[in-house]
Parts: sequence; C-alpha cells; structure tokens
Amino acid sequence: MSGYWAGILSILAINVIFAYGIFLPVATGQLNLGGAGFQALGAYSAAYLSAMYGLPVPVTVGVGMVVAGVVGFLIAFPILRTRGVYLVLATFAFAEVVAGTILNSDTLGGAMGMSVPAFIDWEVPVIVAVCVTLFVFYLMSTRFGLTMRATHDDEVVTDLMGVNIRMVQVSAFAIGGALAGLAGGLYAHAFSFVEIQSFNALISIYVLLYVLLGGTQTAWGPLAGAAFFTLLPEFLRSFLPTVKSALAALVGIEGPVGPPDDSWRFVILGALTIAMMVFRPEGLITRTMIERLRFRRSTAGKEVTA
Amino acid sequence: MLLIQQFVNSIMLGSVYVTVAVAFTLTIGVLNFLNFTIPTLFMLAGMVGWALAHWGLPFGLSGPMTWPLALFFGICVAILASLLVERLTFRYLKTKYGDSTEHAIPLVSSLGFLLVLENLVRIGYGTDAQRFPGPSADLTMNIGGIFVRIPQLVSLGIVVLIVVGLTWLLKRSRIGRGLRAIAENPDAANILGVDTNRVVPVVFMLTGLLCGLAGALFAVNYGEVSPQMGEDIGTKAIAGMVVGGLGSIWGAVLGGLIVGLTEMMTIHFFGADTVQVAVWGLLLLTLLLRPQGLFGHHSIGKGKL
Repeated sequence: MSGYWAGILSILAINVIFAYGIFLPVATGQLNLGGAGFQALGAYSAAYLSAMYGLPVPVTVGVGMVVAGVVGFLIAFPILRTRGVYLVLATFAFAEVVAGTILNSDTLGGAMGMSVPAFIDWEVPVIVAVCVTLFVFYLMSTRFGLTMRATHDDEVVTDLMGVNIRMVQVSAFAIGGALAGLAGGLYAHAFSFVEIQSFNALISIYVLLYVLLGGTQTAWGPLAGAAFFTLLPEFLRSFLPTVKSALAALVGIEGPVGPPDDSWRFVILGALTIAMMVFRPEGLITRTMIERLRFRRSTAGKEVTA
Repeated sequence: MLLIQQFVNSIMLGSVYVTVAVAFTLTIGVLNFLNFTIPTLFMLAGMVGWALAHWGLPFGLSGPMTWPLALFFGICVAILASLLVERLTFRYLKTKYGDSTEHAIPLVSSLGFLLVLENLVRIGYGTDAQRFPGPSADLTMNIGGIFVRIPQLVSLGIVVLIVVGLTWLLKRSRIGRGLRAIAENPDAANILGVDTNRVVPVVFMLTGLLCGLAGALFAVNYGEVSPQMGEDIGTKAIAGMVVGGLGSIWGAVLGGLIVGLTEMMTIHFFGADTVQVAVWGLLLLTLLLRPQGLFGHHSIGKGKL
C-alpha cells in the first residue's frame, strides 16, 4: 500500500473516532463545539508520555483517552448547566483555553510543537476505529442509548419518565470527550508530531459539521459524514484540476492550466453544508431511512412476530 | 502614566470589539441565533475595501476620495452578504421534527457561510495581509502627555453614535417594536401582525452594517487587512458579548470595553502570548459563574438552541 493511501486511511480512521466523540453529546442534544480541545488533550498527553518516558503506544494512547475523558467529566457538570447558545460558547471557550494553555506551556513545546518518537502504521487506527464504531453501535442499542435518544428528542418528557437526564448527558459528554482524546492520541502517533495549530477552532467546526451532515439520529450518521468529508477533499484533489482544465478549454484558454486553489475544497464543504441545511437539515442518514432499508429485507419473518 | 496610556489604548481597541459584539448580541437577542458569519462580514468589508482601493473603483469613481468610497462599497458588500445569509439560513428555519438539535440549523448554516466566504476571499485576494492606503495613522493628539490617535478618536465617536442610534431604533421606532416583539415571542408577534419576513431582514442588514463599519474602521486605524482578520476580532467580540450579557446592547458595549481592557492589561503585565488564555478564561468563567453576564436577561439564549 502506498504511503498516500496509508495516510488517508489513518486520517479517515481518526476522523471517524473523533466524529463519534462529538456524536455522543450531540445525540443527547448537546452541541459540542470544543472537539479540538479534547483532541489536543489526548494528543499532547500521548506525545508527552511517549517523548519523555518512552512509554509504549497502548499506554500513552490509553492515558490520553483517560485524561480527555476525565476532563470531559469534570467540565461536564458546570458546562452542561448552561444551555443553548451558552453551551456552544462554553465548549468553544473550553477548546480555546486548552489551546492557549498548551501554547504557553514550555514543557509541551509551546508554539514549536512536539515530535513523538513512537510511530504507528495505518492498521492500528483502522482497527481501533472499527472497535469504536462497534462500541457506539452497541451503546446506541442499549437502554442507555435509548435514554440518550429520548433526551435528544424531548428533555422534559424524558425527565418526567424518570430518566436521570443529567446523568445521561454528563456520561455522553465524558465518553465523547474520551473518544475525542483517543482520536488525538492516535493522531499524535500516526503523524509523529503534534503542534497546537493543528487543533484550532476550524477543526472543532469541521468535526461538528461531519456529525450534523451525516445525521445525528443513528450511529451510521457520523460514520457516513466523516468518511464522506475525509474522502471528498482527496477526490476533489484529483477532480478539480480536471474541471478547471475543462472550463479553461471551454472558454478557449489554450495551454497548460495551473492547479486550482486549495481553498476551493472548503468552499465546496461550506456550500454543501448550506445546501444540506436547506434541503435535508436532519442529516444524510436518518432513522426512517435505516428502518426502510431493513424493512424491505426482512418483511417475511418479522410480520408474524410483530 | 504608561498605565493611563494603556487604558486609553484599550478603549480605542475596545471600540472595534464593541461594534462587532453589538452585532452578535443583536442577532442573539432578537433571533436566538449565534451568527458565525459576523467575523466574516467584518473581514469582507475590509478586504473588499482594500481591493477596490488597490485596483481602482468601478464607474470611474477613482480620485481623491478613493479610500472612503472603497470602504463605503466594502460596507455595502457586507450588508448584501448578510442579507444573502438571511435568505439561505434563517428563512428556512422551520420546525419539522421538534428535536433539540434542529434549532442549531441556522448556526450550522452560518458555519457553512463562514467557510465559503472566507475561502472565496482567500482565492480572490490571497492569504497575505495587505496594507490599507488610508489616512496616516500617525495623526496624534497630545493631551497632557497621553497620545490619542485622531482616526481612532473619530471611530470611537462613530461607534458611540451607532450604538445610541441603535438603541433609539429599538426603543422608539415601529421596526424596533416589531424586533422586540419577535425577541419576546416570535409566534405571538406573527399573530399580532408583525411581518416576520420583513422585520427579520432588518436584523441582518444592521448586522452587516455594524460588521462592515467595524471592518472599515479597523482597516483605517490599523492600516492593515487580511483574510484572517475576522477570527481574532470575532472571538474577542463573542467574549465581550458574553461578559456583558447575551441580548443586551449596552452590555455588549461594556463587555467589549472590558475585553479590550483585559487584553491591554494582560499584554502590559504578562506579555502578548497570554492574551488568548486571559480573554477565553474570562469568557469561560463568566459562563460558569454568571451565565447571564452583567446585564443579560435570564431567558435569552437558553431555548433549545
């Protein structure tokens, strides 16, 4: 496998894990716009332990995950007291505080970043991503997953039904934080280098867009969103120059055409976001869509038992 | 003396934050919508103004008045862009399923607009910071040993005028009554004959105007524009708005000034690197300890966003 595809598979796997980390709070109705903060916590914990103490990869990544999860749990109590716009702002502010603290910390390399000695190949993130996907699917099928969906759909009624919604929300937020930290730890080892500039506010925005555009109703959504938006830029990388040459030929410009600006990919992501929100705001994959697909396949056996 | 000078500087810096913070707070107060295109509109006005001043104005208008006219067109572009955002984000907000994340639809669309507009500007004008050919920023006035730059003083005056005008508009005019009614309860306002489709665009026009104006003032005062100039200002303005309290215009004014002061004092005592931590820490603390800010109303921004 070429290095190019290995890199894409790594980043795809990491993005899927990261997207699930944001999906869990969103699935309980909490928009988390601080994903980059949790990812940075995981990445820097892993990088520090690996660089300073030479600990093996499973330990560093595990510790990174636990650190992000514990921080998520601790801030969930005060942060989830806020709601709506306030919650979005609080998570956003949290990520900025994490980034600012790391930037000013000399032990973590500050603006210079840190190199990570232990390297993992693409297989590890992919295997972990598969495990995480299965875990989230399992989680959504449990009673806890049901209460998460119920909290998302209507908090008041769920509360009246005797569900401890606060417990559900805090757990979802903390598990989500841990998953984002896991993604960060894997990122640190897969790319052998961490710098705080790569955990900026735009990353938090992108990952939230993956989740919301993929759909928040089922665990398929983040998978589809993350896969689509990780692979789309790579597809556009080869597709856009073709379009530009074709357009140039159409207008009658002769000779070689320079490659288009890299920013076009983000323009397309933004435009897709706007279009999705206008035409299909519930996301690409919805619960009814999944049910319909399933219904067609297993009509014969189910009808009797139902 | 240095401290007093820093204090004066912080008010001048804060006045830009105030303008953008007022734009944020207006959208949240009336529509319960955190509009992430605001920093982009700010940047758009500055960059379009620069581009027109740099490459010449259309319709043969270039001449001695180039840069004010260029900035004027920049502000117009910001207002038009803001109306486009209203068309494609807010107008489609219709409750279909009643679950709690669907209220985030305008917010998510505005994030999409942020990506589109910012990257289009990058494609068109490049990512480098550009020098804005405004009046010399060295025009200073010396008041008892304190240096005040004249363009900044003028911008401060403009900002004060705008805020007072806005308060008057909201309190006294028919449109303002409609806006306050929508802020209170959109459905009831609709039943009582407030035409939402005519009143809501006013919020977006005002947003575009405020952001465009702030961008123009920034270009004149600091003599530099770049596609990234909105990010920093946007975050400071959000912090200012939260500190002052969501939905309160005078809260945003005070909050913007407090953020400017915090920034200058942090630079003075701890150096420039810690500014981000100080400002965001201030924001996080406010959210955790007193979410309604200094003047905010309890109910605003709490709805299921």
